[in-house]
Amino acid sequence: MTDHSETAVLADEPIPPPTSASEIAEEELVEGSSLWKDAWSRLRKNRLAVGSLFTFIAIVVFCIAGPWLSPWDANTQDLFLGAEGPSSAHWFGTDTLGRDLMVRVMYGGRISLMVGLVATIVALSIGVIYGATAGYLGDKTDASMMRFVDMLYALPFTIFVILLMVAFGRSLWLMFVAIGAVEWLSMARIVRSGVIGLKKQEFVEAAVSLGYSHRRIILRHLIPNVLGPVIVIATLTVPAVMLLEAFLSFLGLGVQPPNASWGVLINEGQQNMEIYPWLLIFPALFFAATLFCLNFIGDGLRDALDPKSAKD
Amino acid sequence: MAKVLIALALAGAVAACNSGPPETEKAAREGILLFGNGSEPKGIDPHLVTGVPENHIISALVEGLVAYHPTNDLEAAPGMAERWEHSPDFKRWTFHLRDAKWTNGDPVTAQDFVYSWQRILSPELGAEYAPMLYVLKNGEKFNKGEIKDFRQVGVKALDARTLQVELEGSTSYFPLMLQHYSFFPVNPRAVEEHGGMVDRQSGWSTLDNFVGNGPFKIKKWVTNQVFEVERNPAYWDAKTVRLNGIRFYPIDNVNSEETMFRNGRLHLTSTVFPDKIPFFRKTMPEKLRIDPYLGNYFYRLNVTRKPLDDKRVRRALALALDKKLIVEKVTKGGQAPATGFVPQGIPGYEPSDAVQFRPDEARRLLAEAGYPGGKGFPKIEIMINTSEAHRKIAEAVQELWRRELGINVGIYNQEWKVYLDNQSNLNYDISRAGWIADYVHPSTFIDMFTTGNGNNDTGWSNPQYDRLVDAARTAASEEERVKLMHQAEAILLDDMPVIPIYWYTRTYLKDPRVMGWNPTLLDNHPYKHVWLSTEAPEAGK
Amino acid sequence: MTRFIAKRVLQGILVLLAIYAVTFFLVAATPGSPFSTERAIDPVILKQIEAFYGYDKPTSERFVTSLVNVLNGEFGPSAVYANRTVTQIIAESFPVSLKLGSLSLLLALGIGIPAGIVAAVKRNTWLDYVPMSVSMAGICLPTFVMGPLLALVFGLILNWLPVGGWFGPEFVILPTATLGFYYAAYFARLTRGGMLEMLNQDWVRTARAKGVKESTIVWKHCLKGGLIPAITFLGPALAGIISGSFVVETIFQVPGLGQWFVRAALNRDDFLVLGLTVLFATLIVIMNLLVDIVQVALNPRLKYD
Repeated sequence: MTDHSETAVLADEPIPPPTSASEIAEEELVEGSSLWKDAWSRLRKNRLAVGSLFTFIAIVVFCIAGPWLSPWDANTQDLFLGAEGPSSAHWFGTDTLGRDLMVRVMYGGRISLMVGLVATIVALSIGVIYGATAGYLGDKTDASMMRFVDMLYALPFTIFVILLMVAFGRSLWLMFVAIGAVEWLSMARIVRSGVIGLKKQEFVEAAVSLGYSHRRIILRHLIPNVLGPVIVIATLTVPAVMLLEAFLSFLGLGVQPPNASWGVLINEGQQNMEIYPWLLIFPALFFAATLFCLNFIGDGLRDALDPKSAKD
Repeated sequence: MAKVLIALALAGAVAACNSGPPETEKAAREGILLFGNGSEPKGIDPHLVTGVPENHIISALVEGLVAYHPTNDLEAAPGMAERWEHSPDFKRWTFHLRDAKWTNGDPVTAQDFVYSWQRILSPELGAEYAPMLYVLKNGEKFNKGEIKDFRQVGVKALDARTLQVELEGSTSYFPLMLQHYSFFPVNPRAVEEHGGMVDRQSGWSTLDNFVGNGPFKIKKWVTNQVFEVERNPAYWDAKTVRLNGIRFYPIDNVNSEETMFRNGRLHLTSTVFPDKIPFFRKTMPEKLRIDPYLGNYFYRLNVTRKPLDDKRVRRALALALDKKLIVEKVTKGGQAPATGFVPQGIPGYEPSDAVQFRPDEARRLLAEAGYPGGKGFPKIEIMINTSEAHRKIAEAVQELWRRELGINVGIYNQEWKVYLDNQSNLNYDISRAGWIADYVHPSTFIDMFTTGNGNNDTGWSNPQYDRLVDAARTAASEEERVKLMHQAEAILLDDMPVIPIYWYTRTYLKDPRVMGWNPTLLDNHPYKHVWLSTEAPEAGK
Repeated sequence: MTRFIAKRVLQGILVLLAIYAVTFFLVAATPGSPFSTERAIDPVILKQIEAFYGYDKPTSERFVTSLVNVLNGEFGPSAVYANRTVTQIIAESFPVSLKLGSLSLLLALGIGIPAGIVAAVKRNTWLDYVPMSVSMAGICLPTFVMGPLLALVFGLILNWLPVGGWFGPEFVILPTATLGFYYAAYFARLTRGGMLEMLNQDWVRTARAKGVKESTIVWKHCLKGGLIPAITFLGPALAGIISGSFVVETIFQVPGLGQWFVRAALNRDDFLVLGLTVLFATLIVIMNLLVDIVQVALNPRLKYD
């Protein structure tokens, strides 16, 4: 369902070397701020990415602040009302149990965004540390660690996720972990190839000759320098995870009632789209818009962080 | 390349335009019923299957001693037996077989039935439905391996056409039980040729090897696509059969099934999505069918857990539910709010009205139990198996309890197999459940709550209840039995290890061309009485 | 090259063995059994069934037995679908998935690659934004919305196409479109990225400075390299499209492999789960090998390692 291999592509792209290696070795942290400044100024030129960024922020604010402003509660039912179309009282209409759809979309957004965020952080943490370690240690360790990643790639994802969800089904947090656990592979590959590129840089050699521990070198020197591509892939992982969550909702393995993620709402709406179209339209609109934005932000960041495009 | 593909797709689309008559009309002219059958059959061996879609197919292919009646599930129509008689105490039954043939040319004999019943009762076969045959004398003992000699079991072929059956107890409704596929015969020669009597994976019940004796015979079986049967000319009553064939489509997605029906590709759906019932009522009332169905939707309460070990709490939960609201606003399919455990519709058995919506009494009981206004009520949860319909009902129940009793219960859904595991291990507080009658008799609902019954699953046990059920089993007369059953049910509804919610209906879509499809209590529609009208059912469209 | 292939095949076999073990123990550890049903089964009967399928043995022993069987090409029976072996089930449904998958892939490539090229060449203009947005729609709406939506429009409202089943060419169109659009977006983005990478190379700037026509640059010099990312994705995409089309198969009643992946896992049908896993992993291993070979063919600077 998701795209693992996009990253395989990214992995082939050379990681931008720091503008001046010695300068960074002195600063110890991250690359010169000019790189980020340049990236930002490039990003700003990408109207689609900027527009996406603002839309995305608006959606996040809507989902987080919205429920406080709305007079309705997400779970209070009005069985006599049932499903009614948008009205001045219920702007998005109500669902079949008479619950206000707008508040449910807001809460659904909180859950979906949180699933996206937490699972991505899980994937990020595992992937970055694993990839950096493999890349830094190199040789046989690297080879065997990456064979393990290959193996996980070849696991049929559907079966794997279903079994994990069945085993962990009851806890939302374990669900995040289960999803994160299958999404970290791409991160690991990218980080690894980035680290391999950096390893031969002077500042790393300098750190090694200063006798710093492997741990310190990996955490303080290597990882900060591959953050660019990692941020890009993270932005793209969030929508992938959200889609995966929607797929699980279709199977009925999503979040527990009465809470509902966007995936759950969309699935419910899809079944009723002919008679109660608003039940599909509103959640799907927010879901699609969020995915749109995140994807364009990710693409924009990738373009912006690619120093070659600076020559444009 | 894109243009070429798009052009191709468009060309295909135009060529495929459904300009001709719908599939349902063509099929009606050919006499072929297009049947939405829910899911892919797990098999077609009558002794090994357990599901509804399998039943739909097998009842076209095989016929037992007695058959289903076209309009009345309380009557046994003659099948392989043309007539039968019983001893005055309903313990000994004699069946006189007719001259009938298997599809491989063998005659159907009384010995075939002895062989078949021995097969399903053989412990080595491990047939899930073998307990249906525990009604036979020594049936249970043979199935549990306590006796090895099948001749001690109460079934005997007096000659090729006469079958004599001895029962454990007096059972006046025995012919109704015989309608169930677990009593169906199998062809001994076919079974022996492909692996033998007790081989679960024997190859006889496949497309090529299946041998039946029913109104139809197997024609085509493509997994996940279609199971097709055609008229069996060798069937004893072939002249009654009006359909030329049936195509069973395994469609497990309710919405896809509905779309296919409305696209003119199905005569019947297996079910409909509850939220859409009002829509169908409005737009296609002549196609929406709501039939009675002998089943009960209920919640199991785990009486081994606090606070559900307190009878007052259990009663409070049951009395606080406005079930009328649930059936009208949530399930929407004409279901009846359940006031007792045994559903309405069983002739001779007046349904109980013990469980009513009495919120004041519910609040009082809850207060007496130590939770006035729901204060201090521990966190408990309703377990459902994954399904939109169950989720909605649970959400409504959750809200009703909050409103009436001031308590907050959680809901969690579990994937089917985990749900089953949890339920049988009593690893839940409240668990959603449903029960469809195997035959038209209250015992099919009452028996399950005896102590230690595998379907009890509540931890509830009441010696007096057990005694009553036991007494009912061996009661001298049907009136006596019904009386005992009523008393047992009253105990169940007083102690309330279960909360009955509603009594089922069967809701589905039916093309008006389908004729002779009568509502019956157990949703049985003997195909030999079904036919398709070729006249246009309506002008519009 | 022969050495490279031999090495990769060897690695592939190791990967398969490891996957087999992981899946086996994962299924064994998942709660629920293939035989549990709503109506209680008598424990005596249940024991008989379990013995028939070998479930009465300890897990480690079952693992060894099943592994030996699989190595002999014997995947065993389905524990849920009587009289059907895992091999039969796969043999029946695989060709269907292959057909649906390859057609969808063709559609995805046909839309995705041109869109990606245009977007890259006209970067940050409307010719970039519009095709990318359109192709993005495919991944922003879950297939379980796209599918029923197409069915509603083309099946019920326009009444042009059948909405379910797999009985002739007209039945193929809707599922192919649903699945194809989903993957088109990925190909568009990959192609765009790959093309941009090439167009930003120094030698392209040099060529431009020398006055080489833009179209020559794009078609003659950049296309080959720019397509590499999309080609890399082809392998996993094909494997995924074959196994992961559960939603589309369910919605359009396509008797393919995807349904079995979900059903086998939900039924805890061990043998079937293992058979499908081995099939999927083998596909991935082979696809990746092929992709590597094609990649080297396209980009001689890469070497087999």
